[in-house]
Amino acid sequence: MSWERIREKLQILSDAAKYDVSCSSSGSNRKNTTNGVGDTGTGICHTYTEDGRCVSLLKILLTNVCIYDCAYCVSRRSNDIKRAAFTVDEVVELTMNFYRRNYIEGLFLSSGIFKNADYTMERMVRIAKKLRTEHNYNGYIHLKTIPGASQELLHEAGLYADRMSINLEIPTDSGLKLLAPEKSHLEVSQGLGTVQAKRSEYQATRQLMRSTPKFVPAGQSTQMVVGATAETDKDVLYMADSYYKGFQLKRVYFSGYIPISEDTRMPALGSQPPLLRENRLYQSDWLMRFYGFDVAEIVNDQHPNLDTQVDPKLAWALRNPHYFPVDINTADYYQILRVPGIGVKSAKKIVQARRFAPIRSFQLKQLGVAYNRAQHFMICADSRYGYKEPEPHQIRAKILAGSSSKFLKTDPQQLTLFT
Amino acid sequence: MHYLFDGTLPGLLCCVFEAFEMKEFHVRVFDQAFYQPSVFDPTRTIETDETKADRVWKGFSMRTDQATTSQFYKAFLSESGETYQHLFDLAIYVFQHDINVAHNYGHPAVLGMSQMAKSVSREKHRMEAFVRFKKANDGLFYALVEPDFNVLPLISTHFKNRYADQPWLIYDLRRKYGIYYDKKRVDTVKIEPNEIRATSANLPVVQFEDAEEALYDQLWKDYFKSTNIVERKNTRLHLQHVPKRYWRYLNEKLP
Repeated sequence: MSWERIREKLQILSDAAKYDVSCSSSGSNRKNTTNGVGDTGTGICHTYTEDGRCVSLLKILLTNVCIYDCAYCVSRRSNDIKRAAFTVDEVVELTMNFYRRNYIEGLFLSSGIFKNADYTMERMVRIAKKLRTEHNYNGYIHLKTIPGASQELLHEAGLYADRMSINLEIPTDSGLKLLAPEKSHLEVSQGLGTVQAKRSEYQATRQLMRSTPKFVPAGQSTQMVVGATAETDKDVLYMADSYYKGFQLKRVYFSGYIPISEDTRMPALGSQPPLLRENRLYQSDWLMRFYGFDVAEIVNDQHPNLDTQVDPKLAWALRNPHYFPVDINTADYYQILRVPGIGVKSAKKIVQARRFAPIRSFQLKQLGVAYNRAQHFMICADSRYGYKEPEPHQIRAKILAGSSSKFLKTDPQQLTLFT
Repeated sequence: MHYLFDGTLPGLLCCVFEAFEMKEFHVRVFDQAFYQPSVFDPTRTIETDETKADRVWKGFSMRTDQATTSQFYKAFLSESGETYQHLFDLAIYVFQHDINVAHNYGHPAVLGMSQMAKSVSREKHRMEAFVRFKKANDGLFYALVEPDFNVLPLISTHFKNRYADQPWLIYDLRRKYGIYYDKKRVDTVKIEPNEIRATSANLPVVQFEDAEEALYDQLWKDYFKSTNIVERKNTRLHLQHVPKRYWRYLNEKLP
């Protein structure tokens, strides 16, 4: 085979795959017990692209030939671009050689849909199977589930993959109808549901029989494009919440829409991707997964969109002044977690350290608490009592005056929203 | 009082033993290789005695927990004088209490140790990520690194588990030693940097790169370039994750 051709294919097919955000390589527990190559555990980011995103997996499409015509996708059939396809062996060789040189944690394999769903899925499964059975490969494999593929294929894929995912793409049903009339959210939830049902089945069997093979040990994830249609943050987060709960997803990713076509249904070419909004959505996602927040506390009918000036936790705290101040020397862990400026690690350290002596403000600063923000919402051993607490809007003004957003310089488009 | 030790972990633990034997708890400890004599403070060179060190380590492990002993070891690998002092103070603090006080983050030595252990862990993780193997013509995968801290002992299991079926060598240019895996076990090899490419009794010869090496190197560079989204360029974030001092290992960042 010609190396120049391989180079060209890799360029085309990794370029087409880069809009899939998921790059996590953690959460699996596949160990190298067979004296082969590869081991999974906590994820490792082997490098970072110039846009600051981590590169952990070799993220490629099997082919960018696609029978669908989704307006938000570069590989849509009406788009006039170079098309290419890898063979099964080419993907296997690339993965093994990159892995052996410690470039990557594993393979992320997605594909455009050629012929039909089963035909595409069958090729993808064959790659995963070959890596696992012929090359004694125990590294990470993330397979995209092709919506509409048969149950048998999904079952086989789950036995080789560490993670599987299907993208929701557009957060609202109406938006998806508008931009990708051939697709539906129903298909996505059916695919996720099939894999999730099998997963719980295997987990239950594993309780009885330890030799039960692993089935998608790192769980499933999904992704939504934000900013392509006129959805609110509430639509996005409620959708994420229902999928977290319904399918026990490990992650929901948000991808700010980057204009790629002249389509008038979506933002025009050249407009900035909504990076700040994406950031706020991820912050909310973290609040739901690690801080015990309910989605309705973050966005609701009164506040359908996230505050762009302050992070969602601070925004919640400013809306709920009756909850504060929290005394960090007596309050329980989850109450401390709600204080803006105190994260999971600091909260855990505070709970451990206060068993020995009451904590004072200088110690909080040393522990790594963002004290400028936290001081308005908590009291510690040397806090002054008795003076009048400032109103929420005063606190907000004070915090904003003392900080500057990292997005202001890079994102002039969104500045207009602030005024 | 100043204690001088030989820069090893048993040496530091013997300082703790000495402190309790002599009832001297306000002591400054120094690695004797980097000690600058002081006019006013009396100094004592502490002999390293493995049995004493073992006793101290056992006692320390009994009074604390696994997380703390592992942090203690990691922080020690930082090779920093300030951290040696924190570790010494921490050991004294732990031995003077009957309950486990190693999680009192309000105490400067506890916080100092946990912060340094975090830095060392971060460097360890970076080495797991940024090591780039090159394949030699005899099948050896080798990589040269210059970590900020002495983290090779921490990463050997990771690489052993991961690359069980290929021989590899990771060489620390700054500390002039490497870890070498021959498909059976990992050994520490002490060689001079210029000898890596020469014949050596206990090492395979690294003379030529494998024929395919340049091709995969090029493919990886191509991949790195095409997976970037230009519209989202964020140099600040990029540098935060991949500080410039690591670029020399990373083939994708080299021309």
